[in-house]
Amino acid sequence: MTAEPSTMGMLDRYAEHAGADAIEQLRQLAGLLTGLKVVHVNSTRRGGGVAEILETMVPLMQALGLDASWEVIEGNEDFFACTKSFHNTLQGKMLDISPSLLRAYEEVNAANAERLRPVLKAADIVIIHDPQPAPLLSHCPERRGKWIWRCHIDLSHPYRPVWKYLRRFLLDYDASIFSLDAFAQPMPHPVYLIPPSIDPLTEKNLPLDPATARRVLEEFSIDPERPVLLQISRFDRFKDPLGVIQAYRLAKEFVPSLQLVLAGGSAADDPEGQTVVMDVRESAEGDPDIHVLSSGHYSDQTINSLQTGADIVLQKSLREGFGLTVTEAMWKGKPVIGGNTGGIRLQLVNHETGFLVDTPEGAALRIRYLLAERSRIGQIGEKAREFVRQNFLRTRHLREYMTLMVALTHGNADRIELG
Amino acid sequence: MLDFAIKDCVLAMIAEGRRAQTLRELRDALRDIHPGCIYHHFWGTLLRPQFSDREFNNDFATWCHHGLHDDAMAERLAVIDPAHFVDLEELRHELIEVIDERLDEIETVLFARADRQFHFARSVIVVFDTHKRLSHPQELVEAVPQMSVGSIFYHFIDARQRNPVPVDDFSAWLVGLGPEYAAVGESVAEVDPYFESLFVIRQRLTEVFSQHLSRPSQEKASRRLEEQMA
Repeated sequence: MTAEPSTMGMLDRYAEHAGADAIEQLRQLAGLLTGLKVVHVNSTRRGGGVAEILETMVPLMQALGLDASWEVIEGNEDFFACTKSFHNTLQGKMLDISPSLLRAYEEVNAANAERLRPVLKAADIVIIHDPQPAPLLSHCPERRGKWIWRCHIDLSHPYRPVWKYLRRFLLDYDASIFSLDAFAQPMPHPVYLIPPSIDPLTEKNLPLDPATARRVLEEFSIDPERPVLLQISRFDRFKDPLGVIQAYRLAKEFVPSLQLVLAGGSAADDPEGQTVVMDVRESAEGDPDIHVLSSGHYSDQTINSLQTGADIVLQKSLREGFGLTVTEAMWKGKPVIGGNTGGIRLQLVNHETGFLVDTPEGAALRIRYLLAERSRIGQIGEKAREFVRQNFLRTRHLREYMTLMVALTHGNADRIELG
Repeated sequence: MLDFAIKDCVLAMIAEGRRAQTLRELRDALRDIHPGCIYHHFWGTLLRPQFSDREFNNDFATWCHHGLHDDAMAERLAVIDPAHFVDLEELRHELIEVIDERLDEIETVLFARADRQFHFARSVIVVFDTHKRLSHPQELVEAVPQMSVGSIFYHFIDARQRNPVPVDDFSAWLVGLGPEYAAVGESVAEVDPYFESLFVIRQRLTEVFSQHLSRPSQEKASRRLEEQMA
């Protein structure tokens, strides 16, 4: 397959961020996989982290000569109610799912298998993302390719009855992929570990003109001349927004000009989230320097502007998946103060790329340190950006997917020497 | 003169599904864990996403420091140089010995927090030929900065446990070319493979090759050698 001129341009654009050597390596590796039929399957074309990854991963694979495609399963209301419950229970919430919802889950998968069977049968590699399409494999007994289950969620403490139900659909896969070793469950096949990534070419992550960032801050009545702390995350107890306010107050005693921005998406369909927003607003009441941005959906450019305009970014989570908001802020050259948990630990190294903290007091200490030693903001931010460039861009993610494909199609030995 | 064949490699990390929460559990697992885990936790760490200016140079030592807060153990594990062992089984034996010694001298059992357990992993390494060849050492000056970090890993790190003697591929090639390359071989050997990222190692190697192998410096070395011979 010859790459189209436009997609060749795409690889060149990635080279500007990831480095020409990284792209050359991808080309060499892809040479071992030319023409391989790769099918990704998930449950939504737009919205959410998985779709965001596939929007760029699939064209990148095509640009490198793989015959990659992306299929989306179609579901009904009961199906999505069931998979939403999967999402919650697999991450620890104790909730039994009714037999009728489970029946809808299986029926929707059976119907989608009928529709997708020719594509799935012909594929060399099928990558099934998350639990929604997991049973498709059981409807393709005549498959010829290797099937991989890609789990994007934290399965470290699943609600056992639901995990036991779902696991039986996964046993016949050839491999699984988890983001971190701590998120994985034992499987009867190889479990690969591939951390997620950010895309340097999306509007959320492209370099932004400082004037634009400044204008957006002013639109929200944030003073760009004074220090700005920012936490971007949905309003959830595990993100500890009240702890962030406490840390801000402790630091503000020493830095009176300090401002805090807590920004998160709409919580309209999440009653628990709305309670957290109310608690946050109550805690922030009377302080004009705390800006709670909780209404509506913020565009990628707005998020980029807030991150670009902030002096220090916080992600003071008590429990966290990988923490891609940390990665995004680091990519913008910001020092991040993050909770000592989950994938944040993989990204933040004290005094090097940011700070890990266990308490609001710890966060306040690091805020004061950075604002007292302003030169450290730039130094740590620069190191953080380089760390992301080397490790957490989409190109590294793609390299690991292709390595896995080579491993699976060459017998899965410990050492594979080719050409 | 044999050409230098530039190869590249990539790693895929596989969770072994075994964990340790105490030093004793770590020791017990080391007795029968897949040898690939030993390789991965010593060497593979350089090619996976993590911060590279590390305090300790292998995962076992890092965990003893961050997970168990046993710095004496961390320091003793960190001093183990994997390149000095004939194979991974010998290295495994040394690890167990060092941990056993520590277990004999401590009276309390140190636990890591549940979310700080040691997770064993191993790697699949895929090596492929870039079909690029160097026929003269001077070409290293231009070629090394263009190499991927996978190539640096393969030729500078992986080579130490792949070659009959624990030496990197660059030094092995240069030594085989004659005494005029002995000095550059020695300078390459001085680049420490353990504490820097592969990006920094590539930079260091580039500096060494530029210093010794760029045309003027090589002419100078040849003259010196001729004088010595005379």
